[in-house]
Amino acid sequence: MSKLSIRNVEKTFPGRNNTAPTRALEPTSLEVADNDFITILGPSGCGKSTLLRIVAGLETPSAGEVLLEGKAVSGPGPDRGMVFQSYTLFPWLTVRDNVCFGLRERGLPRAEQLAVADRFLAQVGLKGFENHHPAQLSGGMQQRTALARALANDPKMLLLDEPFGALDHQTRELMQELLLGIWEADRKTVMFVTHDIDEAIFMASRVVVMSARPGRIKCDIPIELPHPRSYKVKTTPEFAAYKERLTEEIRVETIKAVTMER
Amino acid sequence: MSPLFTPLKPVAPALRTVLGISCFVLFFLGWGIATYGGFVKPLFLASPGDTLAAGIALFREFGFAEDIAVTVWRVFAGFVMAAALAVPLGILMGAFKPVEGFFEAFVSFARYLPASAFIPLLILWAGVGELQKILVIFIGSVFQLVIMVTVIVSGIRTDLVEAAYTLGAKRDGVVLRVLLPAAAPQIFEALRLVLGWAWTYVIVAELVGASRGIGHMIIDAQRFLDTGQMIFGIFVIGVIGLITDLLFRALNARLFPWAKGR
Ligand SMILES: Nc1ncnc2c1ncn2[C@@H]1O[C@H](COP(=O)(O)OP(=O)(O)OP(=O)(O)O)[C@@H](O)[C@H]1O
Ligand SMILES: [Mg+2]
Repeated sequence: MSKLSIRNVEKTFPGRNNTAPTRALEPTSLEVADNDFITILGPSGCGKSTLLRIVAGLETPSAGEVLLEGKAVSGPGPDRGMVFQSYTLFPWLTVRDNVCFGLRERGLPRAEQLAVADRFLAQVGLKGFENHHPAQLSGGMQQRTALARALANDPKMLLLDEPFGALDHQTRELMQELLLGIWEADRKTVMFVTHDIDEAIFMASRVVVMSARPGRIKCDIPIELPHPRSYKVKTTPEFAAYKERLTEEIRVETIKAVTMER
Repeated sequence: MSPLFTPLKPVAPALRTVLGISCFVLFFLGWGIATYGGFVKPLFLASPGDTLAAGIALFREFGFAEDIAVTVWRVFAGFVMAAALAVPLGILMGAFKPVEGFFEAFVSFARYLPASAFIPLLILWAGVGELQKILVIFIGSVFQLVIMVTVIVSGIRTDLVEAAYTLGAKRDGVVLRVLLPAAAPQIFEALRLVLGWAWTYVIVAELVGASRGIGHMIIDAQRFLDTGQMIFGIFVIGVIGLITDLLFRALNARLFPWAKGR
């Protein structure tokens, strides 16, 4: 049985003020195995976020269903941790209390909360910043905190929606290595949305390519690069071959998306 | 163009203080020239010196300190009553749209009813005692505050709320531990603004049927055409306003340091 089953999920957003409804997602099915790291790659506006938000339970599908370990998803919950593209740390809480947030909602004793939070903060390299407020952190540090916050809840799955999209290139690559390292250590099931081809290949065990809007799954490519992967894998011929293929797939869709906008 | 006048560019705190004080200096200078220069008759406008003398006499001979205490107490009582009702109601209206739907139209209607127009009715209902004055302030503040708090809570970033849901927060957790702390600094700011309006109502309330208070003193002074006392009374209100404003700001910076520079 797969960890996550997305079954004929589709989404149409109702139009507002006499505008036509937006068809964001064609009926989409996807099976995610336990311990898989899936990246979802697609041009802007193709419905990647919509699909991820449906899995998170933040959006209800117009049709179809999502099953997590065989149980239908009916709303957001702590079993699916999420990191958003925008910075969503609670600005009034310290870094440590942000990471404690979910544990606190669950009613864990304070001492245990702190122990868990400090462990995950160390894992994302934020020891020494526990008492900072989010406004005092760089974008990369904020997203690392958000990652620690999601991981601290020990979710069954991790959902990431372009979490590194707003970061500069170098920081972004370091964050990819950090996330991949964490995944290689405990193999939590991950669904990662991006429109960056290198990012998609580097971390994934499977890359799912989506077509231009309305989104549907265009192809599903297993990435057979060995683990543990270092950044050096990006210069290997195997990586280049994946990149060439995906560039072609994405290019076609991007051209479609751009001409559609005209 | 001078770099000082770059749009939105802050100035150094010292310069800011100097600028603020200069405005007062200019004001007194203009006032002094108008009165000591003989441009305005003393009957219409007392000079700064006469006003100060009138003020000293007020404190020495007419127990003005008690008037001030009475007025401050009225403002405080009416304002606290209004805040105690408006802040929770505004939070509920902002968070729960059916509550907003129920109250919004009525509050918007009530907001436009001038508090001073209620004075005759309130005298009929509550006599000319303390309760009547406090109620004028209450009526004048409560509806404004409800609307402001509702707007503030409605405007809290939805991605923070969504993040809380994916961390396992339930409805009450979202209201108490996300909406409330996120809105707190702005609610505080709204209280500061509304308190300023409360001062205008108290004076109106004291112009009618009062035996004590700053407003009563001003009306009394009018009978003797004592412009010095009148101006001094108005001045005292301004000074008290300035002090409460500074206190509110200091408290805001103290309570919500994380919101600084947003
Ligand atoms: N709440 C909404 N109401 C109406 N339309 C929406 C809503 N959310 C998304 N859409 C539309 O659905 C389509 C898919 O949006 P989505 O955010 O899923 O795309 P995306 O692939 O994540 O794009 P990007 O790479 O720019 O983040 C877009 O055309 C978008 O305008
Ligand atoms: Mg998106």
